[in-house]
Amino acid sequence: MSTVNPAIETSPDHGHADDHGHGHEHHGSFISTYVFSTDHKMIGKQFLITTLLCLFAGGALALGVRWQLAFRWEAMPFFGMLFKAEGGQISPEFYTMLVTMHATVMIFLVIIPILAGAFGNFLIPLMIGADDMAFPILNMLSYWFMWPAIFSFGASFFCAGYGSASGWTTYPLLSALPEAAPGSGHAQTFWLIGLTFIGFSSMMGSINYMTTIINMRAPGMTLFRMPLTIWSMLITAILQSFALPVLTAAGFMLVTDRMLGTCFFIPSGVVVNDTAPTVGGGQPLLWQHLFWFYSHPAVYIMLLPAMGMVSDMLACMSRKPIFGYKPMVYSMAAIAGLGFIVWGHHMFISGMNPALGMTFMVSTVMIALPSAVKVFNWIGTMWGGRLVFNTVMLNCIAFVSLFIVGGLSGIFMAAVPVDIYIHDTYFIVAHFHYVLFGATLFGCFGAIPFWFPKMYGRMMSERLGKIHFFLTFIGFNGTFFPMHLLGVSGMPRRYADPYQHEYLSHLLPMNKVMTCFAILMGFAQLILLFNFFYSRSFGKPSGRNPWNANGLEWTAPSPPGHGNFESVPICYRGPYEYSDPNHSEDFWLQTDRPAPKSGDTPPVIAGH
Amino acid sequence: MKRFWCLFFMFWPIAAFVLCWIAPDMNWWYPSNGPTGMIAASPLGKKIDSLFYMILYITTATFIGTQVALGYVLFKGAAATDEGNTSKAWYSHGSHNLEVIWTVVPACVLLFIALYQMDVWAEYRVKTSFPQETKRGAIAEVTARQFEWRIRYPGLDKDGQPLPLMPKPQPTDLYTVNDLHAPVGTPVMIILQSGVVQHSFFLPELRIKQDAVPGLDIPVWFEADKSGNYTLLCAELCGWGHYKMKARMVAEPEDQYLEFLRNLSKSQNYDGVPDAATEVAAGE
Repeated sequence: MSTVNPAIETSPDHGHADDHGHGHEHHGSFISTYVFSTDHKMIGKQFLITTLLCLFAGGALALGVRWQLAFRWEAMPFFGMLFKAEGGQISPEFYTMLVTMHATVMIFLVIIPILAGAFGNFLIPLMIGADDMAFPILNMLSYWFMWPAIFSFGASFFCAGYGSASGWTTYPLLSALPEAAPGSGHAQTFWLIGLTFIGFSSMMGSINYMTTIINMRAPGMTLFRMPLTIWSMLITAILQSFALPVLTAAGFMLVTDRMLGTCFFIPSGVVVNDTAPTVGGGQPLLWQHLFWFYSHPAVYIMLLPAMGMVSDMLACMSRKPIFGYKPMVYSMAAIAGLGFIVWGHHMFISGMNPALGMTFMVSTVMIALPSAVKVFNWIGTMWGGRLVFNTVMLNCIAFVSLFIVGGLSGIFMAAVPVDIYIHDTYFIVAHFHYVLFGATLFGCFGAIPFWFPKMYGRMMSERLGKIHFFLTFIGFNGTFFPMHLLGVSGMPRRYADPYQHEYLSHLLPMNKVMTCFAILMGFAQLILLFNFFYSRSFGKPSGRNPWNANGLEWTAPSPPGHGNFESVPICYRGPYEYSDPNHSEDFWLQTDRPAPKSGDTPPVIAGH
Repeated sequence: MKRFWCLFFMFWPIAAFVLCWIAPDMNWWYPSNGPTGMIAASPLGKKIDSLFYMILYITTATFIGTQVALGYVLFKGAAATDEGNTSKAWYSHGSHNLEVIWTVVPACVLLFIALYQMDVWAEYRVKTSFPQETKRGAIAEVTARQFEWRIRYPGLDKDGQPLPLMPKPQPTDLYTVNDLHAPVGTPVMIILQSGVVQHSFFLPELRIKQDAVPGLDIPVWFEADKSGNYTLLCAELCGWGHYKMKARMVAEPEDQYLEFLRNLSKSQNYDGVPDAATEVAAGE
């Protein structure tokens, strides 16, 4: 007996989400439906498509970096056209810009918004059984505040230096003194303005997510019946709302340093390129503390939601309950809590008090523990399951497999003495790409086909999905695994030409091979884009619950109409009741009313 | 097809392991151009390397263990959907005992790793643990600029012995650019400064790295085991010329080091009158 029959097929729909309106029919204009929409699903899709397009911009910048590392000072295809006067070469200042803007685009315009913005928006109300977010207009604003950020970062490309070039970490004084580098003029100011807008956008999202998850859960959806995706979104939102104000304040301080001469981060008597000495009184290390106080928790903001989503997908595709649900929740909370006291590991060799190095080392090493517990539980989830090897599952297995490497390589850098040598080498580049791409992006590549049917009522192509996965996985490992070896070889980051140093000159052939893998990986993403847009219009209609999953979102029509559910869903059990021997099917929807047993009191609906 | 994917997921850890295994032979490991080859050129560097290897062994064992476990559950999970196999998946919500084991064991290992590192870090950075030899004072002040290393040595006294290095520049001081000389076989200390933006003092063969921060004077000590030329470069993004802050650190026996300072003094104080030059160097 189910409250909602999952077998109801919805008619193939070409985008008029309002056709499915239930309860309150809502036929808005094109503008209010597709542009300034307050519907969480539309906002989620807007975020998703925007971030996928930004992924290509960020990827193109990365290929510029890889081109220079493999074929230094040779005319670059496409990008080279911008520099006809210089013979099509990438200049050193342009190289530092590429490094900076690649990280900026990927972190602030892809990873953070695709997790919280796209999937958070789309999934939170659907998975907790709410009709929309708590603050729909705030939600709309959180998307539209991304555009000033995109334009600001974009404007940065058109200023002197073709973009900010002080690294995504924007350490002063390089970023504080406009004369310090070609990209430190207006380009840097625009960069900081963009960062501020992204901060506003994230903050509006976080407030919304917390409020919605705490207040708007369906009857019966107790905290420990929430899917891990929702737990991860809640923890992320808390993390973000406590860490982000620090970055915003620091960003403003840097802007006033640059424009009003406040010298929060500028010591006295510094002369750059024959300009007048600075008045000073500030301390560059202050920026690093403030920046990393946000940006280290941000690493978990960029990872936790993917962990949550992968947990849901792994359980579904293994047809098994999640292994250790509560340890999973507690370990995410532990990651978030410890995440606030590990920022100093970015500053081990910065010249801060060496005693801090020791305390930050202990907290940093210990944060590996909850991550390890999660890995063991994911493997435990697959253990004894009936695995479905589809695109979703392959990407999730890749997530687990690659996250192991990212987690283990982190221990090297957490150990302060070892970090003395590998700090700022390619070892760190390898490490964070294994976490941010290997884990987070592969998680997203799984989440897109998994929830695509709910977004558009159609399935994505399995064949294209598998080809995309295969090429991306090969390209990823070919590009990033050798970076560990480059790091051990002592190759520093952000070098336009490392090979002029004798001890690095023999690494050129290896970098050429890595660049070939990177190009393969970059172009493989076109398959994803094609698959996404093709399946959106021509994919196989999916029905409500194509994966036989348990969550509340699968009881809503695909795509859900305005207000999401036909009637208020009632939640009777946790989201991971797969393969229960007492149930005929191998899945058990959270909304399925349990069969009354003789002598039972009627089921209690809420409050326990 | 499902078994292909299982093999696919087993293939890459094996490839990664093999790559790391052959890396030292292929020269894709520690820098090998210096006078000591792949072995760290300083006692501290050797300790850092041994800590690196300790972590490498622990993480490799974990890597192999988890990837084998992953492979096992994948093959088993693939077999579970073979034709004729209709039994449901294992209905399990986890195991309290397993959770305790795989929380407590890694916690102990991680705590051990963290505590085991403390001494080497203290030796490198905590001033009270610096080697006795460095208490005599710094041999030079290294100032990183966009994009070069300026090195200030103290001048020489009448007997041709180095004067103590003063915090402020003195008229007798001697200067070089991108050429740091230091006595071999003894711990020496430098004072690290930055002129404008942040830089990082990186001696890869000695495994030494320290950021140079505008406004801070940071003491850094190192000890080269063998005479010869070592690479000195910048490891913190400092602008467009970051990659070309190429310099050398020359480790040489004490007498050659003094000879170098004397020659430097001679050439720096050379006023164009050949005979007077030596007088000036010794007299002023």
